[in-house]
Amino acid sequence: MIDREQVLHVARLARLRLSEAEVDAMAGELSGILEHVDRIGRLDLEGVEPTSHVVALENVLRSDDAPWQSLPREVALASAPEPVDGAFRVPSPQAD
Amino acid sequence: MAGLLDLTALEAQRAMAAGELDGAEYAEAWARAAAGDELNAYLWRPGEDDGGEAIAVPEPRTAPIAVKDIFCTEGVPTTAASRILEGYRPPYTATSVRRLLDAGAPILGKTNMDEFAMGSSNENSGYGPVLNPWDRGRVPGGSSGGSAAVVAGGLAPWSIGTDTGGSIRQPASLCGIVGLKPTYGAISRYGMIAFASSLDQCGPLTRTVADAALLLGILQGRDPLDSTSIGIEGGVELPEREDLSGLRFGVPGDLAREGVEPGVREVFEATLGRIQELGGEIAEIALPNAEHGISAYYVIAPAEASSNLSRYDGVRYGVRAGGGRDLIEMYESTRSQGFGAEVKRRIMLGTYALSSGYYDAYYGQAQKVRTRIAEDFAAAFEQVDFVVTPTSPSVAFGLGEKTADPLSMYLNDFFTVPMSLAGIPAISIPGGLAEPAGGGPKLPVGFQIAAPAFAEQRLLDAAHALERAIGFDARQEGL
Repeated sequence: MIDREQVLHVARLARLRLSEAEVDAMAGELSGILEHVDRIGRLDLEGVEPTSHVVALENVLRSDDAPWQSLPREVALASAPEPVDGAFRVPSPQAD
Repeated sequence: MAGLLDLTALEAQRAMAAGELDGAEYAEAWARAAAGDELNAYLWRPGEDDGGEAIAVPEPRTAPIAVKDIFCTEGVPTTAASRILEGYRPPYTATSVRRLLDAGAPILGKTNMDEFAMGSSNENSGYGPVLNPWDRGRVPGGSSGGSAAVVAGGLAPWSIGTDTGGSIRQPASLCGIVGLKPTYGAISRYGMIAFASSLDQCGPLTRTVADAALLLGILQGRDPLDSTSIGIEGGVELPEREDLSGLRFGVPGDLAREGVEPGVREVFEATLGRIQELGGEIAEIALPNAEHGISAYYVIAPAEASSNLSRYDGVRYGVRAGGGRDLIEMYESTRSQGFGAEVKRRIMLGTYALSSGYYDAYYGQAQKVRTRIAEDFAAAFEQVDFVVTPTSPSVAFGLGEKTADPLSMYLNDFFTVPMSLAGIPAISIPGGLAEPAGGGPKLPVGFQIAAPAFAEQRLLDAAHALERAIGFDARQEGL
């Protein structure tokens, strides 16, 4: 129920590169899982409110004037694969 | 030495407070025990390298503890058992761990787990599976397999893990120990590497219910750094109940199904008998939508995971794959090389479920099922104080036995997922031993008790009384 084309499309959205073998395996495995999951598609849930959050909390805020310490820049960059000039260096979005 | 390691965390803490036990000596004894790990349960222990200073506890005031490698520990490797975070040392410490350190609990080490908490057997770790101390050819359960194995295997007196769909309770069941998933919001998630943000919860894995209560008391509380945290009003006291008179325990008729091993069913029924002997009442209740829990969970959790794991892109931390021509190729290479098969599968599932054209049919529908399941529990709790089920449909299964079919692995979570979806607390305590369906030496069977949101005190009190009556002693059972 999910074919190769869909798998490749979803992989692109998820920024995953799958090998040929992985694409085939993934199509089969996802189809199997989705078949099971599909049972909920057949339930009559007309008028039921979806739950996005199980506890009754809304917009928990803090006061604006409490000073908040963020990570110092050098600490934030300490784990970076390629820190450059106080920034995270990445390859250009488009190959020239 | 052996005597020291037999103390529960509570006994040790009391002895330290009374000046009868030297905290540092006690911690040392446990560190030596942990060094004998043959179960691949620890991914890191202090002393293996530098970097433990930020989490050192010079004056222990309670028992040392093992911490699932999903909790950020400043300066100390934190991988979530993934290769994509190999070598990563966080610049900060999770609130849960901070609370343990402030309570005077030294960190014994970081435990192995299923990668990014995705799994029920600890076979999805990027660093090798964890072995069940009861039978090293079998799994300890997952995703907190390492945290369960160290407590059951004499490598730690207690530990913390995380539970999203059963990942504390199921390994506790398979390893014959106590595991508690608190109410969603009881414990801060700050610094706890996110899998599914509306489901993830930190919780204790211990040898006794009293130890679980002690640990919950240390961990719980509202945290300004986690706006989804509430804490448990009134805190948590040590349980003292010795009987169950006046309490009603509901058994969901809908969940009494095929797929439960005969031995598991036997132990479950026997435990119901013990409840009655203690004066508790058993009643059959209905949870009509609970059977759809797995379907809803395996949409919601992967969907949330696909969003949470998008941060692993090789930009700010973790590994980065080289050789890419451009940014997209770098993302794709990094993620494809760094993530294991199950993680990729769930990211794909989640991305699909949230993609345009499918969102309402899958994620929207699953969220409605979630509402129905929460309503089912609310209705049940009008009639009974607790809902009880076997924790897992089977005892510990063999390594490799369920890896061929992802769905068969997912069904391990059948009894635990509904409580996660509803956000209510649930505990697994050892009910006894049973022979596996395929024959062989007996293995632990967990008994699950669920309670209404924030009713942890009542839950722990009841579990404590039942634990006393069951009298399960791992050492006597041949572990």
